[in-house]
Amino acid sequence: MNKIDPTAFDVKDSDKELSFVTVIGRDQKGIVARVSTLLFEHNINIEDIAQKVMHDHFVMIMMVDFKDSPSDLEDVTAGLQKIGQEMGLHIQIQHESLFKAMHRV
Amino acid sequence: MTISVREVFETAKMTLFQNFDIRTTTLGINLKDCIHSDFPRFCSQVYERIKPAAQSLVREAKKLEVLYGVPIINKRVSVTPVSLIMETHAEGEKFLEMARTLDRAAKDGGVDYLGGFGALVQKGATRSDAALMEALPQVLSQTERVCGFLNLGSTVTGLNLDAVIALGPILKKIAILSGNGIGCTKFVAFVNAPEDNPFMAGAFHGVGEPDFSINIGISGPGVIREVVAANKDCDLTALSEVIKRTTFKITRAGELVGRELARRLKVPFGIVDISLASTTAVGDSVAAVLEAMGLERVGAHGSTLAVALLMDAVKKGGAMASTNVGGLSGTFIPVSEDERMTAAAIEGALSLDKLEALTSVCSVGMDMFAVPGDIPPEKVSAIIADELAIGVINNKTTAVRIIIIPGAKPGDLVDYGGLLGQVPVMAVNRFVSANFIRRGGRMPAPVTSMRN
Repeated sequence: MNKIDPTAFDVKDSDKELSFVTVIGRDQKGIVARVSTLLFEHNINIEDIAQKVMHDHFVMIMMVDFKDSPSDLEDVTAGLQKIGQEMGLHIQIQHESLFKAMHRV
Repeated sequence: MTISVREVFETAKMTLFQNFDIRTTTLGINLKDCIHSDFPRFCSQVYERIKPAAQSLVREAKKLEVLYGVPIINKRVSVTPVSLIMETHAEGEKFLEMARTLDRAAKDGGVDYLGGFGALVQKGATRSDAALMEALPQVLSQTERVCGFLNLGSTVTGLNLDAVIALGPILKKIAILSGNGIGCTKFVAFVNAPEDNPFMAGAFHGVGEPDFSINIGISGPGVIREVVAANKDCDLTALSEVIKRTTFKITRAGELVGRELARRLKVPFGIVDISLASTTAVGDSVAAVLEAMGLERVGAHGSTLAVALLMDAVKKGGAMASTNVGGLSGTFIPVSEDERMTAAAIEGALSLDKLEALTSVCSVGMDMFAVPGDIPPEKVSAIIADELAIGVINNKTTAVRIIIIPGAKPGDLVDYGGLLGQVPVMAVNRFVSANFIRRGGRMPAPVTSMRN
């Protein structure tokens, strides 16, 4: 009998552990430099990067792969939030599966 | 990139600016196999069942908050209706002792509320059910985290008016023993109570449930309000569409969190409850959604249609998003806990009568409304009976969470702080129905074929 898997939407495409870093706020020098330095320190690979001005917000997103990172996600999040506070930006990191669940039927 | 900047931005904006969150993760726990003839041993088995499970829930839920960058507001536990497991220990003192055990297990397990101290009496009460009801005033005033419920009727059994009559004096006693009536906020009277509802105070782990299950309550109304406010001029068809689409997204997030949490805890995933539930945070209000639709205040003529439209759109979006929609899946319209509802009651836009009308389309019931302390017990029972009749006849869950505030008069404002917010005391109808209510008995189950 063919079974329908209701969890199909959150099945991973590859062995990568992808998350998205979102930076929202005022454009300024050093955003990419500081965020990518932190990611490098945690051995997180940047797969893709894009930026745009949307509804008067500067928005930058980075698709990152956690696969090789030995760090706890809590530490990475805390580091990003520290950069956010220092530069007056909203920075957060969210697993890819959340976006797939919310934006793909 | 697999996901566009616009999509990532939309989600990030929801979390950062629109109170997007997972409202509750509730772990249902079966206690039936903890029953033991030796009462102290029975209690310790209950404690040992709940505490480590609650701790795992809290630990894993916190990890998921970091993974998804979405706050999980409440982590809670629901248990088998306590009257069932106490059948062979049906004495008042033992009920209090069991409640203290549950309270301690919840506290040590790190959950803020534990639901299930209740009974299913839709057709009649056993000795244990009656003893539990008698113990409710002591239990709800002497414990901190334990929540109580009664299922007083259903569409297939009718309404147990005898139990509704008994409940009037019990609620008055809860109010007095807990001082300012706050004990009443931990008790819900239901008809057609769902066995997998994740929302407090009415959550319990039904008899048809497995040993454990994870049930999820989705995000609140903040996100919906934003899309409604951004679509000022569209007609109702288009409005329904935008609400539906947004509900789809937030329900998907709830489903994702629920499945992952269940996987990590190695327990079955139960349901996603798509009810919109307000918090006291500004903007995170169901009434604010209705105002954004174009009502000056909730309670104005047109409010029932507005709730009906909202409710239906939420159900359609939620049903598409999750294969396992369950629980209440209505819309909470608590008078406190929702700052625009509170404002509407204070300003006189919302009366108890209109509140009752709204609940006939929202499926959740009259929630967190306060009445003066000198209300006669028969009138408390009559208010409850009216609301429950709506549920029985219309084949839906309805519930009442009524707060009786000793010494308070209509128009007073009582501040409970925190999650509960400010509670405006509302006027009740001054005419008397005691002679009708005191008749008691059981309203027979309604005919379900002639639907008008």
